[in-house]
This record gives sequence, structure tokens and C-alpha cells, in this order.
Amino acid sequence: MTTTAKTADVPAPRQDGDFEGPLLEVRDLHVEFVTRDGVAKAVNGVNYTVGAGETLAVLGESGSGKSVTAQAIMGILDMPPGRIPKGEIFFRGQDMLKMSNEERRRIRGRKIAMIFQDALSSLNPVLSVGYQLGEMFRVHQGLSKKDARARAIELMDRVRIPAAKERVGDYPHQFSGGMRQRIMIAMALALEPDLIIADEPTTALDVTVQAQVMDLLAELQREYNMGLILITHDLGVVADVADKIAVMYAGRIVETAPVHELYKRPAHPYTQGLLDSIPRLDQKGQELYAIKGLPPNLTRIPSGCAFNPRCPKAQDVCRTDVPQLYPVTERDGAELAGRGSACHFWKETIHG
Amino acid sequence: MPEKTADKVETTVATDPAPGAAATEAAPASAKARSLWSDAWNDLRRNPLFLVSAVLILLLLVLAAAPGLFTSASPRDADLAKHFLQPPNWGNFFAADWLGYDGQGRSIYARVVYGARASIMVGIGVTLLVAVLGTAVGMIAGYFGGWLDSVLSRVTDVFMGIPYLLGALVVLTTFEERSVWVVMLAMAFLGWTQIARVARGSVITIKQADYVVAAKALGASTTRILMKHILPNALAPIIVVSTIALGGYIAAEATLSFLGVGLAEPTVSWGVDVSTGRQQLRNAPYVLIIPSVMVSVTVLSFLMFGDAVRNALDPKLR
Amino acid sequence: MGRYVARRLLQMIPVFIGSTLLIFLMMYALPGDPVRALMGEQAFDPSVVENIRRDLGLDLPIWQQYANYLGGLVQGDFGTEIASQRPIADIIAEAFPVTIRLTLFAFTFTVLVGIGLGVIAGLRPDSVRDRGLLTLTLVLISMPSFVLGYLMQYFFAFQLQLTTPTVQDSESIGDLFLPAIVLGSLSLAYVARLTRTSMAENLRADYMRTAVAKGLPRGRIVGVHLMRNSLIPVVTFLGTDIGNLMTGAIVTESIFNVQGVGDAIFEALTRREGATVVGIASLIVIVYLLTSLLVDLLYAVLDPRIRYA
Repeated sequence: MTTTAKTADVPAPRQDGDFEGPLLEVRDLHVEFVTRDGVAKAVNGVNYTVGAGETLAVLGESGSGKSVTAQAIMGILDMPPGRIPKGEIFFRGQDMLKMSNEERRRIRGRKIAMIFQDALSSLNPVLSVGYQLGEMFRVHQGLSKKDARARAIELMDRVRIPAAKERVGDYPHQFSGGMRQRIMIAMALALEPDLIIADEPTTALDVTVQAQVMDLLAELQREYNMGLILITHDLGVVADVADKIAVMYAGRIVETAPVHELYKRPAHPYTQGLLDSIPRLDQKGQELYAIKGLPPNLTRIPSGCAFNPRCPKAQDVCRTDVPQLYPVTERDGAELAGRGSACHFWKETIHG
Repeated sequence: MPEKTADKVETTVATDPAPGAAATEAAPASAKARSLWSDAWNDLRRNPLFLVSAVLILLLLVLAAAPGLFTSASPRDADLAKHFLQPPNWGNFFAADWLGYDGQGRSIYARVVYGARASIMVGIGVTLLVAVLGTAVGMIAGYFGGWLDSVLSRVTDVFMGIPYLLGALVVLTTFEERSVWVVMLAMAFLGWTQIARVARGSVITIKQADYVVAAKALGASTTRILMKHILPNALAPIIVVSTIALGGYIAAEATLSFLGVGLAEPTVSWGVDVSTGRQQLRNAPYVLIIPSVMVSVTVLSFLMFGDAVRNALDPKLR
Repeated sequence: MGRYVARRLLQMIPVFIGSTLLIFLMMYALPGDPVRALMGEQAFDPSVVENIRRDLGLDLPIWQQYANYLGGLVQGDFGTEIASQRPIADIIAEAFPVTIRLTLFAFTFTVLVGIGLGVIAGLRPDSVRDRGLLTLTLVLISMPSFVLGYLMQYFFAFQLQLTTPTVQDSESIGDLFLPAIVLGSLSLAYVARLTRTSMAENLRADYMRTAVAKGLPRGRIVGVHLMRNSLIPVVTFLGTDIGNLMTGAIVTESIFNVQGVGDAIFEALTRREGATVVGIASLIVIVYLLTSLLVDLLYAVLDPRIRYA
């Protein structure tokens, strides 16, 4: 089953307009930062779409531009030093980059919410969690302090924080890591947004807690039929929850695919390298594969394909021509829906 | 142009680490690695605040070392008959009457030039004394801990409990003859606590660092650990606090001299001159204002210097 | 919390004893002799001097003198001045209110203007107004208060004739205005810088990003999330600064001829009245210690991560 088919199955999204297209569409987005060492090109022409109820996993090493893209969507980039020289971000068909600050603010938290990696530093240390949760209702819905607190307790129950009523007045540092991340999720969920962006939501957590938090997130997403962008560097997290994957490298999407196909048949040497570097039980005793070299310096991205200095398949063309995202097909030319690879040699990569 | 940069990139990438290294997790290439000190120096070189203050400080140091280079007039020559409260003659640069004469007919320009030595000596002297004393106390308390730490920390508390100005007033009245050395020692005696606290704090942190634990496990002696491992790493905050305090000490010396308990005649000092100038504030404000401006400019130079050093050494505080 | 306060108060006792003992010892190392200063130039009988010394307990070993002094202090007895035979408590009762008034006035000025300027600069780090404020505060910090004091006196009293050069009536707010500004200016500069730095630092904090992502209006992000965190170090600085302002008043009082604590200390120092100096110093030390306790308590109230330990 292809991704498109899968998204078509899900119940119709809760619409407040007549817009029929995807919930979110990012088109040719560029983001750069002015630094002491020059201009760092963090995002260099990213395209992706997310539909209601759909989960897009964005995969990449740190510095690949996955978080920066998310911050641009959210409108929380630090500008300056950041700037968006080019690109569009459509939310329900409207380009958010052309909206006024006030219009964008009304979308943030209410329509698009974000879950951050480090809940401890992302929650305000001197305000109680009840206050921080209730704030969503007070600001966006004009609820009284008392009602907002009641809703905060409901939310905490919703994300299964034990003894919510007693703990609503506690401060972030009084919770465990997993509980804090649940509070972050509750905060993102508060106004039942259309889209949630989760930036490495489980990276900072213990392995045992990771699965619980991920399951909770997936369950709530299904229940509210929200779009979800899951940003991660962990291939393991992605497999169970995502519908499709976009792999990023040096600010570009190098491969897109429905989740299980990517694992089975990667069409980009970088993806292949990532998959090969996961330890596997059946390869016990063998040396673990590692992609050689380092991620590129974003102020001096290599010419041609950014991955060429580290790529085992690199040819001369890779050092001169930037590969576009080619549609990936079967050997006989049959279309593979939702698949693309930004490699000059995708055919060799996928078909061996 | 663009092609040229691209070429450069390829060469750097081509000379990348040895094959087979577990690369993705490794630290950035060594060419890029910068130490705290060289990074700080790079920062400072480009900071206009630092350059301006460094030039000013250099000038002040020369002034203090060789005042004779700047004026042939003597700061103590008094000619009441000829020069009583003669106002500045601004056009006559660097001549004896450039900045006028004070109530005793002494050249203010000469006094200002010769006054630099006292201020600078006290400022630098107190800073050094305080840094040595404070670091020693802080390091011992922080490294050995236990009862030694308790005792030293209480002693620090006691000295901190005494308001600086009040303590200095009392200590300095004890001395009939107050030379530069006496003022310096008295100020250091009361002022070492801040550095001691800073040093103690950073030594406690460093003590737990892996490299210290490792050195200990390898059987390094206490002195060696303190001097080779702990001191160099605790130095940055101490330097930062010290350079910033330096300006404060110069201001404090001037204040004490002004109050009549710091330096006194016949020592030539800006604070002393401000104190004498106050009687003539209404008719001849320049007698007071000129040395005041000198104090302020000196303090300002050291403050800017300290600020720049702090920003360079501790970018977090910026 | 009660236990914490009690423990802190207990811990203060040795520090208080140590600080006062130090000042006591220094006073007794003073070369002059109060009894002899009392006699002045006239010829005197050594035995008379001996008698007076014995009456005053000045012949006892120094540690015993200190113990006697401390014993009196606990009962609220500050002793008596040798020359004037005035109870030192009277001198303190006269001088302290003046200085406290001046200090509080300066403190209010520091808080209002200092935090105000710091917020204005801190909201836009590295902007023109931020750099302007940093320069202004740098200039203020580099001006010893006597420099600023005389400049102000010269311009406002002699040139513009807006005020009298010295304070005539220490109860009048108008008269104390100029001295208060001079006294508060250094703290003001520090408060402005601290506020600015703390705001600029918190501006980059992760929770600020969260606050933006929640779609909060800017006023709320700054007013609630940023200020609540940024003012914690400022409040602690202000607390410890009250003591500094009180001693800084010594200089300000001497410039504007205010009859406060500074004046009393100078007089006592020149007449070698040790007990007066130690008495005043003890009170200031107590103010120091109490404000630092207050600050610690306040800190724990403002920052829930701090627990009384």
C-alpha cells in the first residue's frame, strides 16, 4: 500500500475552510544564517507536504537542516542571524511567510504546535506546569484562571500523568524526564492543533521511556487526526509510527519514500550508509559499518552533490552537478509512488 | 571567485581524517579546533573597545613609568605670587600652564602627569596582591575541603561582612604615614574575598573533572595536581574578575585619598588633588575637574579592558 | 523554612563576632589615645589619666575589653563617648535615620531607573540603544562618586543655582534629591547592566522559544516569561547592595555635608573614639548580614528550583 492510498483512507480532516490540498506544503525553502565564519546555508531548497492524519518523519544528522526547516514552519527562527531568502510555506493553501506577525501568532499553538527535544529547558523553570498549560487556554480562548487550571488538569490526565490534580502546581524540575515530555505533549495538544511538529521528542529520554512517549504521541495523533512531522536522527523510532520519510543531508532532501520501502530498498547511498550503520543481531562479531568523513561545514558546502566527499559511489559528475530529486522507478520503469532520490546513480543504488 | 572557494573546499575535504575512523561521532577536524586562549585572542584583536582601552592603558603605563617625558615642569614647584589659580591655557598644548595652576600655584598639568604613577601602582599592586592571596585561599579551601574549607570560608565571610569603605577608613587611620605601599596593603587586606570565592568555586568544579581524577589515580602529587591541572584551568575566571576589579581599585584609592585617609601630601596623586580642589569648586572648578577626569578615564580604560577580556574568555556572559 | 531561618541566624553570630572583633582590634591599634586627646594640650597628671583609664576599663587586656563591649551590646548598650560623655546610642539614633533616608531614596532611584534602562537595552541586545546604554553605564561606573558628586554640585548648585550646594535640611526630599542620585548612580549602572545581561541571556533560552511557539502575544512573553526569570539575579544584587549604599553614603555625605553616619564616623575617627566607630560599624555589619539573609529567602521564593537547605 502506498502512502497516498493510506492517507486517502483516513477520515476527512476537520476543516475550517474549503481548502482541499495538503495541510502543509513546503516549497523550495531556503534558510541561511550569518555567522562569524560566513553565511551558513542550513536549508537549501526543501520541499515536502504533510496531510491531515499523516506522519512525515524527517531524518538526518545534526546540522542537516531538519530542525531549522521545522523552526521556519513554526516561525520561531532567530532572525537575525537567520533569514529566509527564498521559498514558501503553505498552511491550508496560505503562504505563512507572507502573513503578518499577528496572523502567524494566531496559528502558532492553536493550529500548529511544536514539541521540543529537551523538555527541562523548554519549559519555563519558574512557572508551575499548571500555569504553563493553562496559559494556552487563557491566551487563545480567553478562559479564566480557574477554568484554565481545570483544563490543565484534564490535559495532564489525558497524557496520563498520575495524580494530575495534586501535581498541577508543581514546577518542571519536580517531574521525571518522561513526565516532563508528556507535559510538553499536553501543551502542544492543548488546543487540538491540525499539525504537530515533534523535534526529537524522545532523544533526551531513557530508552524504556522512549517507547511509551512515542506510543502516546502516535495514539493521540490518530485520535485527533492531526498531521505530524517527526524530526529524528533515530531510524528505529521512525519505523513504527511514520507513514513516509524524508532523509535530509546538508540542507537538502536526498531521499523520500514510504517508510517500509526505504528500509527495504534505499535509493540513495547516504540512506544506505545510515541503514548499514545500525547494529544488527545477525551481524554479531562483524565490524560495524560507518559512513566515512564528517558532515559538511554549512558555510562551505561541497560543490555538486553535498555527499560526494563521503560517498563510496562518487564519480566526477557528483563533484560538479547537483542532483535533483529524481523520481524512483522499478527496473521496468513502473512508477514507485512517493519515492524520490537525489542521486545521479539512484538506479545503481536501488537495483544493485 | 566562487570556483576558487570551491577548489579550496575540495582540498580540505580530500585531506580528511584517516580512513576507517568512526567519523560521524568524532569531534570537528583538528584544524578547526580552537583553544580557549587563542579563541579569546582572536576575539580581542577585533574588538575596538579592547584596542582603544589597550592603547589608553599603554599610554597610562608610560605616563606612570616616565612622567618626565611629558613635562619639564615639576609637580611640587609652587609659585603663589605668580600662578595662584591661573585658569587653563588650552591652546598651549603640554606646556606647564596648559591646564592652569592650582591654589598653591602648582602646574596642574605637571601634577596630573606625575599623579598617574600613584594611581596605576596602587591599582596594579592591589590587583596582584588580591589575586595571589585570594587564589591561594580559594584553592586551598576548594581543593582540600573539610574543616580547612569551613575555617577559611568563615574567615572569608568575616572579611566580606566588613563594608569595604568602612574597613579601609579604619585600617588606614591606623597609619600616620600613608605611603603607596601602605595603601596597597590595606586595600588588599580587605579586598581578597571575592577572588577567594571565585577561585574556590572553580576549583571545586575542576577537582571533579576526569583529568584531575585521572592524574590522581596515576599518583601525581598534590602540588603537581594543584599547579599543573587545577590552577591553569581555574585561571580564566580569576583573570576576568581581576581585570574588572582593577578599575575599581583605582577608583577606591582616589576615593580614600579624597576622604583624607588614602595617599596624602607630599605624594602626588589625583585623589589628593581632587581633595584640595574642592575648596575652590565655585571659582576654579578646573582644579577639581581635571584630576577627576583623569581618574575617570583611567578607571574607564581598565573597565573596558576587563569587559573585553571577560567577553573573550567567557562568551556566555556577553 | 522556619528552621532554615533559625539556622542562618545562628550562622550569622560567628560572622558578626568576627567582623566586629576585627574592627575592634583595628581601632585599638590606632596610635592615638582618646584619654590623652581629651586632655588636649594642657599639662596633666599621669595618675589622673590612669584613673580615667581604669574607670573606662581601658587598662584591661584587649580580649576582655571586647567581651565587655559585646556584653553591653547584647543588652543594647553601645557605651559612652569619652570626650563628650554622650551615650553612643544617642549619636547613632541621630545619625542613622538620616543615612537610612538617603539610602532608601537612592535605592528607589536605583531600582526604578536601573531596571527601566536595563529592560530597554536588554530587549534588543546589540542595538544602538543597547550600546548607548552600555557606554553610559560604563561611564557612570568609571566615575568615582566624588567626581560625579562635585560635577553635579558644580552644575546644579553653582551654575544653574537649582539647589543649594549642601544639604540644609536632611528631612527634605528636595534637598536629598541630588545626593541620592549621586549615591545611587553606581548601583544604578550595575543594575542596568545586570538586568540587560540577564534579559539578553534569557532571551536565548529554550523556554522563550517555547513561549513563542505557544503563540503567546509579545507582551506576555516578555512580561511574564522573560521578566520573571531575568529579574532573579537583579533582585539578589539589589538586596546585597543596600549595605553598599549605606557605606557609600559616607562619601556622599561628605560632599553634600549631610549629618549622617559618615559624618559621625569621621568625627569619631579623628577623636579616636573607638567605641563609636565600632558601634556604628556593628550596626552596618548587621544590616549587611540581614539583607543577605533576606536576599537568600527572596531567592528561594522567586526561583522554585532553590530549596532551603
